[in-house]
Amino acid sequence: MFSTSLTASDLLFMLQGAWVTLQLTAAAMLIGTLSGVLCGLLRAALPRASLPLAWVLDVFRSVPLLIQFVLFNSLKSIAGLDISAFAVGCLVLGIYAAAFCSEIVRSGIQAVPANLRRAARSLGMSYWQDLRFVVLPLATRVAFPGWLNLVLSVMKDTALVMWIGIFELLRTSQSVVTRIQEPLLVLCIAGLIYYLMSLMVAQLGNRLEKRWQEND
Amino acid sequence: MFDYSFHWRIAFKALPDMLNGAWVTLETAALSMLLGTLIALLLTLLRQQQNPLLRGFAETWVSIARNTPSLFQIYILYFGLGAFGLHVSSWLALLAGITFNNAGYLAENFRGGLKAVPDTQMRAARSLGMNAFQAYRLIIVPQLLRIVFHPLSNQMVWAVLMTSLGVIVGLNNDLTGVTQDYNVKTFRTFEYFALAAVLYYLIAKTIVLSARLMAWRLFRY
Amino acid sequence: MIEIDKVHKSFGDLEVVKGVSLTVNKGEVVSIIGGSGSGKSTLLMCINGLEPIQRGSIRVDGTEVHAPGTDLNKLRQKIGIVFQQWNAFPHLTVLENVMLAPRKVLGLSKQDAEAMAVKQLTHVGLADKLKVFPGKLSGGQQQRMAIARALAMSPDYMLFDEATSALDPQLVGEVLDTMRLLAEEGMTMILVTHEIRFARDVSDRVAFFRNGLVHEIGSPDQVIGNPQMAETADFLKSVL
Repeated sequence: MFSTSLTASDLLFMLQGAWVTLQLTAAAMLIGTLSGVLCGLLRAALPRASLPLAWVLDVFRSVPLLIQFVLFNSLKSIAGLDISAFAVGCLVLGIYAAAFCSEIVRSGIQAVPANLRRAARSLGMSYWQDLRFVVLPLATRVAFPGWLNLVLSVMKDTALVMWIGIFELLRTSQSVVTRIQEPLLVLCIAGLIYYLMSLMVAQLGNRLEKRWQEND
Repeated sequence: MFDYSFHWRIAFKALPDMLNGAWVTLETAALSMLLGTLIALLLTLLRQQQNPLLRGFAETWVSIARNTPSLFQIYILYFGLGAFGLHVSSWLALLAGITFNNAGYLAENFRGGLKAVPDTQMRAARSLGMNAFQAYRLIIVPQLLRIVFHPLSNQMVWAVLMTSLGVIVGLNNDLTGVTQDYNVKTFRTFEYFALAAVLYYLIAKTIVLSARLMAWRLFRY
Repeated sequence: MIEIDKVHKSFGDLEVVKGVSLTVNKGEVVSIIGGSGSGKSTLLMCINGLEPIQRGSIRVDGTEVHAPGTDLNKLRQKIGIVFQQWNAFPHLTVLENVMLAPRKVLGLSKQDAEAMAVKQLTHVGLADKLKVFPGKLSGGQQQRMAIARALAMSPDYMLFDEATSALDPQLVGEVLDTMRLLAEEGMTMILVTHEIRFARDVSDRVAFFRNGLVHEIGSPDQVIGNPQMAETADFLKSVL
């Protein structure tokens, strides 16, 4: 017979962890998207002058996220800053997301045909009008699938914040495992929750994309 | 503000050990890529089968690999298999986890790559009297290789970055593991991990550069 | 000899070829003309077994193409085909494109395959492009390379599936010249083409396809010069 010592409160504990995962994802994507769009615009507008920025962002893509967490966390202690581990998690994930987001935005803007921009300028639009009414709306459509993928990958990467002591989904699952010693069951549930959350985000994104396509 | 003094010299003394760790990291990543590529080819083949069981198996693999954290995948192999009485070492769990992840992502890339080689190429090859195997080996696969080369090299970088997760399941001889060992002994966290970050960055850049060089050598058309 | 006997071919529910019969003798050049969707190209794909048929039979030199036991790879060695989209292998140089099948399928030595390839490429006027990748060639040059690639297998028959339809107008001439050369050398050819004037020049017989059937067939002067059927006349009026 199937029997388990997994209790409802354990499950609730894990769901609370999942909620932390979602909060982290949302906060990181907010920081990441805002600064990513800014950096991406800069990269597209001034490709040469912003090269150093590209190098810096590249570092964040080339160093393991885990190490970035540890470094920021220790930097926090060194500088004597009084911010929570959660804030560090959001900040690191946010910068990490920004590094990827800037590339997505840049290639989205570059995908807008130069002739279209010339057409806009030939109608007498200013640089900013061209950017606002022609380039950005089109680039958004191109960049959106990449951005959605980024949301999904950031959500998965939040699992790493357990290392700096935040109780998100995987960490809460681990403490449940430690208590009831049924790793396979508990981890399968955790996996299922991750899977469902991914599915949910992907569905939401697809619906949004479809609505745009209908309007086109 | 800073009443902390950096001790870089201590960190540099650890450099030889860390370089050894970097070698383990690179080996593990390369092995996981080799196995992952082979499995991905198999999964790509299975996904084209009519049999719903084989196809379902491959789809499930790809779907789980892509929709759950890689750390979770390593976890379930480390702790989960223990429940079956199979005790796996940290290193094996890490290798298996990354391989599982690589295979899932690469299978998706391979499928996209196959779509990008036009059907007419197969048709032209067959019209010259080649059998299906020859057509694949001589015409389709070489073109596929060029299409998936960039994703493959990207995945190799990801594999290196993912090896850092081994430390969470207790691995202590890869780059992150060695770094963590020194950290625990001396609590010079920032110095050691900054050095590790530099090494990871160098490894990642080396992979990207050598991939670019290889692509330039391999694909002259 | 290619004997096509009451062939039916469908894609799903759509029947494209509805009982075509046609015999092409050794040394003959037969052109197939007709509107798009009349089943001309599909028939070519059926002749070398690239597409299966539902009913009827196709025999090449007495070999039943669609019989279960037929070695299609063997059969295709003697039927060359040139496609509308030239289908150059982009990862191989021009020389390698032409050498590949003689080496791997016919089992020729490297020297022999290369000699054959150079000969055929010279034939189509590409002797100076041996080491170039197809991506660097014009459409007309790629199509001539595709012809050389098919010829390098020393085929007994050549099928041309709208070989010039995808080319820029100024490049059509060079490909037609190559095809004309082949016809003059006595190659047995079936051409699906929209180049009516060319068809009239080189063909021994012309077949007008309509709705998956041979609507009218005869000598070029008869079918193109003096069509008996009203639909043939209408079609010719629309393209000439």
